[in-house]
Amino acid sequence: MASSQNQKQGYLFIAPATIHLLVFALIPLGYALYISFFRWNLLKGETEFLALQNYQDIFNDGPFWNAMKNSFYYVLGSVPLGMGVALLVALLVNSSLKGMNLFRTIYYFPAITSQVALAMVWIYIFLPERGMINSALAMVGLPNSTSFLNETAWAMPALIFMSIWVGLGPRMILFLAGLIGIPDPLYEAASIDGASKWRQFWSVTLPMLAPTSLFVLITSTIGAFQVFTPIYMMTKGGPDDSTDVVGYHIYTTAWRDFQMGKASAQSFVLLLVILALAYLQYRLMKGQAEGYSAV
Amino acid sequence: MRFKRILLNCARYFLLILLAVFMAAPFIWMAVVSLLPSETQIPDLPQMVSIVRSWLTLGELPPPSIGNYPFVLLMPELPVFRFLLNSVFVTGSVVAGQLLVCSMAAYAFARLQFIGRDLIFRLFLISMMFAGVVVQIPVYMMVRSFGWLDTYAALIVPGLSSAFNIFLLRQYFITIPRELDDAAKMDGAGDWLVYWKVILPMSKASLATAAAFTFVATWTDFFWPLLATSSLRMRTLEVGLSVFKNSYGATNWPLQMTAAVITMLPMALVFLLAQRYFIRGISLGSIK
Repeated sequence: MASSQNQKQGYLFIAPATIHLLVFALIPLGYALYISFFRWNLLKGETEFLALQNYQDIFNDGPFWNAMKNSFYYVLGSVPLGMGVALLVALLVNSSLKGMNLFRTIYYFPAITSQVALAMVWIYIFLPERGMINSALAMVGLPNSTSFLNETAWAMPALIFMSIWVGLGPRMILFLAGLIGIPDPLYEAASIDGASKWRQFWSVTLPMLAPTSLFVLITSTIGAFQVFTPIYMMTKGGPDDSTDVVGYHIYTTAWRDFQMGKASAQSFVLLLVILALAYLQYRLMKGQAEGYSAV
Repeated sequence: MRFKRILLNCARYFLLILLAVFMAAPFIWMAVVSLLPSETQIPDLPQMVSIVRSWLTLGELPPPSIGNYPFVLLMPELPVFRFLLNSVFVTGSVVAGQLLVCSMAAYAFARLQFIGRDLIFRLFLISMMFAGVVVQIPVYMMVRSFGWLDTYAALIVPGLSSAFNIFLLRQYFITIPRELDDAAKMDGAGDWLVYWKVILPMSKASLATAAAFTFVATWTDFFWPLLATSSLRMRTLEVGLSVFKNSYGATNWPLQMTAAVITMLPMALVFLLAQRYFIRGISLGSIK
């Protein structure tokens, strides 16, 4: 009696969240798969069953693979650099000196800011001649006419640079939590053994941070593969499709060309790539992460 | 030794301040340009330095003027107040709804026994992996078939639950000693009373963390409100700002930066008031 009462209560408590999960995640997942088997024009309302044609087409879809290549460029540029910078900054703010909270707050601030507002100010920062970067370059006598967002060689590095700035705060806080969690006796033991500060960083700090790094790596990679707002606001995928990343490419397939079936198939390919990478990262770092977090 | 430590601390502060300037510079830029007269050409770095110096020392350059703010807020062709109200209403509803829905589910996953509990919990966790990428198109089509496009329902209902918050709150609820539940149950309280009178009051900090994250995510969400709304009067501040940027081109920088500051300010205030919850929560999220 008590137990069946308990059962019923359990289902009541999870009912709203579970209905939401069904309607806005699980059913759409199945629906997306269904759509991906059709030629499905949203505007004209036409549908035609194609079976796996959309997926086969992706193999020969040059622009899609160009977008995939751009995404890899963006991810490989922004994630390792962003993590490295964030770890250094975490070491810098991991201190009981006065004012640390103020610094942490300032560094975190971009992450909570409107992405559209940030895109607007960064367009300005990247402008030729009068932009912040170019006018700083001019002051030290360097050429100041690079239009960073309008040159194929510079647009992607510019977006990566901005992403490191935006993403610094959350990554820094995660690393900081990891650093604070390292037990002091480990450092004491290392210094009794005569390890220098430098040696301690490599032999104690970095290995002990492995679980944190794994978490930051996977979440950053997933986030970077889905980047949309800065592209939409700042480059529209240009110049010459050099910043047309997969997230934006799928957006244009769906909401500019209204090819919903094709876009759905593309989104499953993206999901597969993300899952494969997350799994790979997990496998590569799991041994390390588990070996040390047991301490 | 003591001397060396002082030197090291000085070096640390030097780097910290340098980085703080780098992190804050775009915001200072934004604020300064928004205080220049409309239609002013954007200042380059040396001009910026002399403007700020003149303002700080009451020098010969024209003083800052807040005239752009009432102009942008009261612009007839762009209902900025309406955007602001939309953002407040949508964000408020989503935060309140999510706290209730997610804390209820989290309570069940942390405290109650029922068939399929762990399986369902795992489904929530898995949904975090694909939610962003794949479901946008079908959710749009479903919302359209409900007749919700361009209404508050489209902006609010899809955001009423979050697997991340369920996970976050459950992780906290399982740390609350069960003796507290048992004591209340001895006094005849049922699960609803335990949830409402014991667990929730014990979890104010975690709820605040969940609320803070949901607030930022909803307030700054761009993609979904861009798709789900089409008329100007249903736009949120974030989407309204992008409309503003496109209609004013790149020509009127002071007005653009004013609009950007207006969009950022409410969020900035919430952040400054609740920053410890952000900083707590983001490290909570990393615990496996």
